[in-house]
Amino acid sequence: MAAGNEVSTTYYIQHHLQNLTFGNHPENGWSLAHSAEEASEMGFWAIHLDTMGWSIAMGLLFIWIFRKAGKMATTGVPSGLQNAVEMVVEFVEDMIKGTFKGHNPIIAPLALTLFVWILFMNTLKIIPVDYFPVLFSKLGVDYMKIVPTTDVNATLGLALGVFGLILYYSFKVKGVGGFAKELSLTPFNHWALIPFNLLLEIVALLVKPFSLAMRLFGNMFAGEVIFILIAMLPFWAIWVLDVPWAIFHILIVVLQAFIFTVLSVVYLSAAHEHH
Amino acid sequence: MNINMTLIGQTIAFAIFVWFCLKYVWPPISNALHERQKKIADGLDAASRANRDLELAQERAEQTLRESKEQASQILEQANKRSAQIVEEAREQARAEGERLVASARSEIEQEVNRAKDELRAQVSYLAVMGAERVLEASVDEQAHRKLLDELAAEL
Repeated sequence: MAAGNEVSTTYYIQHHLQNLTFGNHPENGWSLAHSAEEASEMGFWAIHLDTMGWSIAMGLLFIWIFRKAGKMATTGVPSGLQNAVEMVVEFVEDMIKGTFKGHNPIIAPLALTLFVWILFMNTLKIIPVDYFPVLFSKLGVDYMKIVPTTDVNATLGLALGVFGLILYYSFKVKGVGGFAKELSLTPFNHWALIPFNLLLEIVALLVKPFSLAMRLFGNMFAGEVIFILIAMLPFWAIWVLDVPWAIFHILIVVLQAFIFTVLSVVYLSAAHEHH
Repeated sequence: MNINMTLIGQTIAFAIFVWFCLKYVWPPISNALHERQKKIADGLDAASRANRDLELAQERAEQTLRESKEQASQILEQANKRSAQIVEEAREQARAEGERLVASARSEIEQEVNRAKDELRAQVSYLAVMGAERVLEASVDEQAHRKLLDELAAEL
């Protein structure tokens, strides 16, 4: 492989993994980033337009479909869409019955939103990796990474939302004293071991959102990289690897959405438990 | 992968979607599901109750049938008995009537015979007198021999 070819390969991969970033560049001010360097120079005060756009679009799609089904929900014989939506709702409800011990009316809608939204965002991955970047570059947009869950900001954002709820319910159900006691006196119920317990428990608590976010992000990002690598094969050979990988991803997409949802519910359930 | 404001934007979007779902999506679907569940449970309940009712009704029908059969056979038996009785009575009546007829015929015959005898007696006395007149060629005092002739006739 020639050196030029190698550069273009690297460039191709980097290009496909770069988000469309709008932010405050130290030199150019508020603008779109034209390269990965510019994007990273923007630091925290930047936003991934593609991630936000696609995730909100998927969220709206979820809201639209389910709201429509909810409006025409009858107690009679359900038809097509209603049937499908009810299946998902029942699936989530069953899952919560199995894992969530307390009683909280927000858990079920939360789990439903997480599951369907992540599922929709993940499913964007089945769309061939080149379609949208090429389409948008024709429209003059440099970068377009359409799968929001391959952006760590998106998954971490979701996980932080869940983490916020975990903290909120921990304080609400157990009280400040109860929560502090749980953090300092488990797993070893002895005053001398309070610092050790605190260290252990706080790490365990903080790891929850990160494990949630990283698991989803890691799976989706790795899958995306493989898709990009497969896309660099000669065009007549792509399907040989791409089709099995895509079929495999039908499983991954659902599984990761499910895992994220179940773990969120489990964490929230633990936040509701008294000791 | 740069951590930036997208993180916060995502969290806000997530919160809004969860709120919307909680408010407008979950309740109607969940309600419809639970209502349908109740409806189906009620339907199954009603079906099993109807089944039980049916069984009961069948049992009752069978019992009624059995009773009516019994009644019918009873009635038939009674009718048979009654008809035999009637036939017997009729026979009895017929025999009595026959006897009565025979008796009356017999008494009539007796009367007839008696009358004939009386007539014959009267005629005999007359014939005897006539014969005697002829034989004697003389007039016999009817008055004088009347008593004798009557006694003769009575001996007939």
